[in-house]
Amino acid sequence: MRVSPKSAYKLLYFMKLMRQLENRIEVLYRQGKIVGGVYVGRGQEAISVGSAILTKPGDVICPSHRDLGAFLIRGIEPWVVVAQYLGRIDGPTRGRDGNTHMGSLKHNVVSYISSMAGVVPVASGVALSFKYRHESRVVLCYFGEGATSRGEWHEALNFSAVFKLPVVYICGNNQYAYSTPITRQMAVEHVADRGSAYAIPTTIVDGNDVLAVREATGIAIARARRQQGPTLIECKTFRMGGHSASDAADYVPKHILHAWQQKDPIARFEKFVLQKRLVSQKGLTDIDDLIGRVVDDAVRRAEKSPFPDPSTLLEGVDGTTAKVRSAHSSGAHE
Amino acid sequence: MSALTYLEAIRQGLWEEMERDNSVFLLGEDIGEYGGAFKLTAGFLDHFGADRVVDTPLSEAAFVGAAIGAAIMGLRPIVEMQFADFISCAYDQIVNYAAKARYRWGAAVPMVIRGPSGGGVHGGPFHSTNPEVPFVHTPGLKVIVPSTPYDAKGLIKAAIRDPDPVIFFEHKLLYRRIRGEVPESDYVIPLGTASVARVGRDISIITYGAMVHVALEAAAQLALEDIEIEVIDLRCLSPLDTHAVLNSVRKTNRVIVLHEDNRTAGFGGELAAVIAEKGFDYLAAPIVRITAPDCPVPYSPPLERAFLPDKSSVTIAVRRLLQY
Repeated sequence: MRVSPKSAYKLLYFMKLMRQLENRIEVLYRQGKIVGGVYVGRGQEAISVGSAILTKPGDVICPSHRDLGAFLIRGIEPWVVVAQYLGRIDGPTRGRDGNTHMGSLKHNVVSYISSMAGVVPVASGVALSFKYRHESRVVLCYFGEGATSRGEWHEALNFSAVFKLPVVYICGNNQYAYSTPITRQMAVEHVADRGSAYAIPTTIVDGNDVLAVREATGIAIARARRQQGPTLIECKTFRMGGHSASDAADYVPKHILHAWQQKDPIARFEKFVLQKRLVSQKGLTDIDDLIGRVVDDAVRRAEKSPFPDPSTLLEGVDGTTAKVRSAHSSGAHE
Repeated sequence: MSALTYLEAIRQGLWEEMERDNSVFLLGEDIGEYGGAFKLTAGFLDHFGADRVVDTPLSEAAFVGAAIGAAIMGLRPIVEMQFADFISCAYDQIVNYAAKARYRWGAAVPMVIRGPSGGGVHGGPFHSTNPEVPFVHTPGLKVIVPSTPYDAKGLIKAAIRDPDPVIFFEHKLLYRRIRGEVPESDYVIPLGTASVARVGRDISIITYGAMVHVALEAAAQLALEDIEIEVIDLRCLSPLDTHAVLNSVRKTNRVIVLHEDNRTAGFGGELAAVIAEKGFDYLAAPIVRITAPDCPVPYSPPLERAFLPDKSSVTIAVRRLLQY
């Protein structure tokens, strides 16, 4: 597969940035600085990075909780991500929500919600708006295999297929939804098997191979832009850790974890770029140094961001009556 | 002005808004070719085309979610629930996605969900409910419950222009039974404003939807006995016009809250709480609730009649309250 040195650098940079930023976020969690849930995508970086890298500025992404790379590629800055985790006003939700529960219309990032697959019908609507306005834009919609058991997922895929909407569905099948293994999640062998129920073309790729993810996404995006409808890409991967930072994942057999450690997407791609002389050894060291600085700066800057003022509690509940509501509210504080 | 049915008034409101604004479009089951289960959108497909009148799969979560996504991208979708009862199928989308999007990440979701609600048409347990309460309880949503053709048109237009998700419960019993003067001109009724449907001095009845008409019938009968009932039509449950409620209670000192929904944790409980908190000193007697009992809406006519509050439920409660 052909990849230019510049593209290889970018792919490597964002995968490594995602890994290092999430490593630091877990440290902040253990230090008690992040008080809410932390859900990282360690071992799954190739999926969000290999796909989102192909989006144009007008395209929209609906990432899930193990897709930090996609947020970063769309231009949400590392320090803003850290501010979000820390509950500060400079996070995209200004402290109203935590972790990667964030969206930014400026960056064409549409937020997911905690009920997994909740954003999948919304992605259909984003795509419907493109069709409505005859725009050549596409939506990348991400989820794990667990989400594909939800009714909303099935309804949304059916809806997108019926209207031939420009959506690329990207499943990071990491084989565990919290503690539930895939065998308890579905009777079909592959998530991709579900596509046939909706006449949606599917591909299964090695989700730990960033170039394979990129290639499959490129084909799907091209189909979507040609108004040929949605595609479902199943990226086989493994969750290299617990569901959240508070889950030791003792239920995962150790030998499986060890086997997948050998397939680490970042180590694999590093080896590839060195072999192909796309990036030099010095280049790799430079990337690591740069990312070290970026992550340090991100934490430093985010920690300077203020916490939200409690007096702003009711701001933004709705667009017209925030004041009316607070004037009328007879809540516990009166 | 022309006399329109409640259904025609809503239809006219939708039509005018679609003419006025290209970003307004319709989504729902059987709304295009067929014109909707109640024929409210008959003719829309021919006039506005298939891009703007979208017949969807039988898939409430998908088409509500699709409306949310389209609204986030700046369109103004109007979803028709074939029956309001089915709104529960899209509960996650409405309550977790639409209602919280602005608060969480500043994304406006200017959409309207229309739902034919209410009983009295022998629809049985799945075609008759009044599912307003969970949505009134959810911050970020607005809930409208019109009772007249004039209000229905002015409120649907306001709902479409509103920057937030609005749930618009149309009472299906009123669709073709109620007729009223509706201006052909463009007008909107601001959300969160109640109206005084009848002025009176003795008792306030605070109500909404089809029960406004039950209250008015009872009031007309009681007037013959020189009992003057004031009827407050809330029109909007969220935001609530607390001011109008308290003004009326201050005047009459006796209050009945009346609704067609089940009793326990129904909207009447909230009204009673607001009146007790802010208008306790005005009260000369305990607050009275008239509601449907706590059971599903039954199908068979004698059972459904026993379920729905009617004129005599009101007149009996009024006489008892006046004797307190």
